[in-house]
Amino acid sequence: MKPSPELLAGLGARFEHAVIVFVDGEGYPLSVATDFRADPERGTVELHAVAGDEVQPPLGEQVNVVFSHIRPQPGIGYDERRYVSLWGKLERADGGDELVLTPDRALGWDEEEVPFFEYSERSVPQARRYFEQVSAETGRDVRPKLSFGWLFLRATRLPFLSATFVPILLGIAVAAYDDGFSWWLALLTLVGGAAIHLGVNVFNDVFDTQSGADEANVNPTQFSGGSRVILYGLVSMRKMALLASAFFAVGIGIGVLLAALRGWDLVWLGVAGALIGFFYTAPPLRLVHRGLGEVAVAVGFGPIMALGAYFVQAREYALEPALASIPVGILIALILYVNEVPDRLGDAASGKRTLPVRWSKEAVVRGYELAVIATFALIVVFAVTDLIVRPTLIALIAAPLALPVVRALRESYDQPYALMPAMGKNIQLHLVTGLLLVVGYVIAIIADAALDNPPFFLH
Amino acid sequence: MGVLPEPIEELLATALVGELTVLDDEGRLVTHPLIPFYDGELIYLTSSVLFSRKLEHIKANPKVSLSITDPAAVTGDRFDRATIQGDAIVDDSDLHAGWERVLPLWREKEPVIDMFLGKRVALPLFFERAVIEISPRKAFLWKDGRTDLPPNVFELAGVAR
Repeated sequence: MKPSPELLAGLGARFEHAVIVFVDGEGYPLSVATDFRADPERGTVELHAVAGDEVQPPLGEQVNVVFSHIRPQPGIGYDERRYVSLWGKLERADGGDELVLTPDRALGWDEEEVPFFEYSERSVPQARRYFEQVSAETGRDVRPKLSFGWLFLRATRLPFLSATFVPILLGIAVAAYDDGFSWWLALLTLVGGAAIHLGVNVFNDVFDTQSGADEANVNPTQFSGGSRVILYGLVSMRKMALLASAFFAVGIGIGVLLAALRGWDLVWLGVAGALIGFFYTAPPLRLVHRGLGEVAVAVGFGPIMALGAYFVQAREYALEPALASIPVGILIALILYVNEVPDRLGDAASGKRTLPVRWSKEAVVRGYELAVIATFALIVVFAVTDLIVRPTLIALIAAPLALPVVRALRESYDQPYALMPAMGKNIQLHLVTGLLLVVGYVIAIIADAALDNPPFFLH
Repeated sequence: MGVLPEPIEELLATALVGELTVLDDEGRLVTHPLIPFYDGELIYLTSSVLFSRKLEHIKANPKVSLSITDPAAVTGDRFDRATIQGDAIVDDSDLHAGWERVLPLWREKEPVIDMFLGKRVALPLFFERAVIEISPRKAFLWKDGRTDLPPNVFELAGVAR
């Protein structure tokens, strides 16, 4: 890249000194620090003369001039990392001892402009190339590693299982309120639901790697951008596909067992859930590529999970668990929705036309606000009209968790790493609201058992 | 007392960043800011595979230099500037854990490294690292950082490997 006048103009404010680097007579690089003054209009950098015959930079030959800055944080490390490297020829200034560099090439990095995580992600292809080279040099397959536990956690995105546990627990709680509860059926349902969810996560990585969506996304966060284990070379595509299939096999196996034990009507729900999960990113449907990812997730991790869990306990379908899980479904869709904000440039590049890819910032923020309002309004309407138990109104106390998310979306929409705390808060919003809905049912169950005639607000 | 003059050893003991210059496959100079370590004989730097072009360059041409020039990046009572030329080798025999042999030296300068290492799962490729070992052969010292005065030049024996 040819250095721009803006780059040269900024050198004085961003760096305290320059380092002239040249090759000495014995073929070794030799560096000498000096003061400098940039002249953006002339496209030059004036460097103060250095003393000593042995360290005189050569005139008329290519040299490298480096500007580097960090700010030490004693006892911790440092921040404000930035550097600029210029290449060009040196000349002696007219009528003086000063040296003048006319740079023809520049390279650099400033962590305030490109955060370290993004800088690292942009360098992943170089890392893969290096592993290939070392493998070729040594004759063995050299790959990056992680301990099995961390690798499993990362590859499956295990912490996101709360998205499955919340609607299943809610369906079980509604069934328990209706006098049906079996702990071992509950446990099987949780394991089966978790297996399907993990299978979806892992297949999602397989298809996002195949489509190029993960590679195009250079702003992954701990909440978005996939597990990246295939992209990093930690696990092969084949092993991930096998892992996902194994999870699906376990989930489907448990589903079939539960259907055999509790009623074959469960199969339809299970098939719908598995198909939504698989075709979330898999061709030919690729629901998430068509802007249907949020709806698919809302249905799959809301009514389908809750209704399935309810059916396993009660051996029948009912309206109440479906209604109770709608707020949970909306909130899980909002997790996806917010996490897609930092992914949107990479998603767009790979043809993954999610809602944040399609919509403007204003529309995305407004959509989030309306969805949150709808979530809590539905809880109120359902509870007040006796469609779900009234103690579920306790879930309203989770609503303020949405405020920092809205604020962060407004203020940090284009800053993926500044959005991370808001993404965490958004996950809390789903988890806390969902668990409070479960608590609402537990309160109603206890009130029913303990009181002959519970007051209206407890049932 | 190591193989380097004492003022340069003091600089290496506290410098949070130095400029490593290597020659690329076309003989062009490429400089990388890195945190240097020193054990009395060899200078060590580590490089993530993410930023491994320098490793390829060193394998092709081991002639390198390391300079310490930034007063803000050095703690201590006095600030000198130094450049050390030497021959480098790349140890990438165990990219996953081999570099941890310099971890005690790293920890002394940058205690936060342990916190980052604890989050290795979040940055797995950053912690796949090679070690660059420089055997010093010549050093230049500018007292008080003044390069308007000639440097003291030290011819060094180098360390047999």
